[in-house]
Amino acid sequence: MADSDAEDLVLTGVTKKFGTFKAVDDLDLTVPQGSFFALLGPSGCGKTTTLRMVAGLEELTAGAITLGPQDISYLKPYKRPVNTVFQSYALFPHMTIFENVAFGLRRQGKKDVKKQVEDMLELVELAQYGARKPTQLSGGQQQRVALARALINRPQVLLLDEPLGALDLKLRRAMQIELKRIQTEVGITFVHVTHDQEEAMTMADTVAVMNAGLIEQMGEPKELYEHPRTTFVANFLGQSNLIKAKVNGTDGDQIRAEIEGSTLRVPRDRAADDAAVRSGSVWVGIRPEKVFLAAGGTETSDGSNVLRRGRVTDVSFIGVSTQYLVRMPWGQELMVFEQNTGAREDFRVGDEVDLHWLPDHTFLLDADQDATAGVEREDLG
Amino acid sequence: MNGRLGKWVGDHIVLLVGLLVLLYMFMPIFIVVLMSFNDPASKNSYSFDGFTWHNWLNPCEPIGMCDAVTLSIRIGFLATIGATALGTLMAFALVRHRFKGRSVANIFTFLPMASPEIVMGSSLLALFVSAGFAGTLGFWTILIAHIMFCLSFVVVTVKARLAGLDPRLEQAAMDLYANEWQTFWRVTFPLVFPGILAAALLSFSLSFDDFIITNLNSGQEVTFPMYVWGAAQRGIPPQINVIGSVMFFLALFLVISSEVFQRRRARVTA
Ligand SMILES: Nc1ncnc2c1ncn2[C@@H]1O[C@H](COP(=O)(O)OP(=O)(O)OP(=O)(O)O)[C@@H](O)[C@H]1O
Ligand SMILES: [Mg+2]
Repeated sequence: MADSDAEDLVLTGVTKKFGTFKAVDDLDLTVPQGSFFALLGPSGCGKTTTLRMVAGLEELTAGAITLGPQDISYLKPYKRPVNTVFQSYALFPHMTIFENVAFGLRRQGKKDVKKQVEDMLELVELAQYGARKPTQLSGGQQQRVALARALINRPQVLLLDEPLGALDLKLRRAMQIELKRIQTEVGITFVHVTHDQEEAMTMADTVAVMNAGLIEQMGEPKELYEHPRTTFVANFLGQSNLIKAKVNGTDGDQIRAEIEGSTLRVPRDRAADDAAVRSGSVWVGIRPEKVFLAAGGTETSDGSNVLRRGRVTDVSFIGVSTQYLVRMPWGQELMVFEQNTGAREDFRVGDEVDLHWLPDHTFLLDADQDATAGVEREDLG
Repeated sequence: MNGRLGKWVGDHIVLLVGLLVLLYMFMPIFIVVLMSFNDPASKNSYSFDGFTWHNWLNPCEPIGMCDAVTLSIRIGFLATIGATALGTLMAFALVRHRFKGRSVANIFTFLPMASPEIVMGSSLLALFVSAGFAGTLGFWTILIAHIMFCLSFVVVTVKARLAGLDPRLEQAAMDLYANEWQTFWRVTFPLVFPGILAAALLSFSLSFDDFIITNLNSGQEVTFPMYVWGAAQRGIPPQINVIGSVMFFLALFLVISSEVFQRRRARVTA
């Protein structure tokens, strides 16, 4: 625990079992006060369950949750300074929008309810809708009511369970900006659950990637993207090429790894853990957009990582960039994304090419992990 | 020509059939209302012999009829309150709590609905008699019997409503600083209320209507259905149709006013 003034939200060893199934497994998490924290992960990984435990709607099987100096693990939900925007909105169908939004204030016996509710409805651009019932609003409007209903209480922590899930892309972007603005303005801690990686990265100060009830990695979005520590994170956040290689020594602060006679260099501080390096067997990772293509046999600058004798097997032009699939001599297909700067003719299927990239963009992962963990399937978009 | 006729029939067939079915359903009620204005030529006349206001102006003329109606209303009222209160609590317990024997309890509450009234009535009588109530059969035994058979209907009706209630609504209320008590009265109860109301109305009409079980357990008391049954042997006094009409119009009034109320609420909020 940091300084005692901060009202950080801290989860220690939090576990939730449904029968014998562990939905959340020994989770440790610190959400600094006032931060925008995103919990990112595939469907069913335990995001909602985690939020529900923080809100007090699900009992912990083990562990503790503290908010600042206070242990809230077993506090009743209505005694916690925490509010939730539910994944399913859960608006009260028998109350008007106005009464829905006023609910929390009225229960707390606050004064000046009318003014505050009107201001809040103004903020979410629903000022004229106060007299309607929830069923008379569109999905996106209902979502904004759910947000207003929670936000109006100015809780210490606002939990948002995929609050933008039902919105179309345009409104979604607008609401993302709006949410971020509101959060900066009111300074409330936001814990935002999503399985949209772009949303997590654009909005959050800190992103925690969750998988099967565990936090895989946590950090700033850029750090997470540039320096993934597990194959799951490497694949779930964007896309990665993972190449199986053998460590065969070090050069100063660079690690040398070998694949089919080519030597790849990786800065030591970009290796996920030393044990993997010592064991000798590693995944060498590189993001597709960091790789350059050159015609087979072209001279490349010194110090680059180079893989030669690739053959283009697929070219897809998608406007701003062109995506190549390149089959390497050992059979693996690697992805390369190239900006369409027009500097050079596009390659065609069957062309022989060399791949090169900077060692600083390379990362090393433990080869014990499944290289396909977290690969996004087509249907999940 | 033929094609146009065919098309006309095609366009209106649903309407036509619907009207016929409605007519079929409401014919008895038309007759009841009509006969309430009948001036029968003799005691056993079942035909419309002449128009009169007499029956409406002297509804209590047949001896004992209004007493029977009053008794039925009193019993209906008390049975409704008893069955609705008990049944609602049972429904909450069955839907909201996981306890041992829950599924068995579910089946047992359903069972009385499925068993024949005559069986329930006679076994209840056997119970009352063997418990030593043989001499005191009357108001209280009728009431106990009515609460018993209304209970299943209340439980089933309220349970259906409660099962359709998203538990996350109550969780949302708790999340928004409402304690258990406030959550119940502000969220749970208003949302389940239509089910409770429907159950109450159903109870009243079941109780008011019941003949078989009542007849077996009533001792010297005479409820309205029993009175009508008895009168039918001797010739039905036209005042019975007055009572029937009043009940019908009362029900109609309730339905229409609830409809109007809902429309108005919808309009106000739109
Ligand atoms: N009440 C429950 N009883 C049994 N299992 C449950 C219960 N609630 C959740 N689970 C299980 O726990 C796991 C985590 O569920 P959770 O709702 O937290 O997922 P999630 O990460 O929010 O997924 P999504 O992105 O689809 O909302 C799932 O495998 C789910 O089936
Ligand atoms: Mg969820």
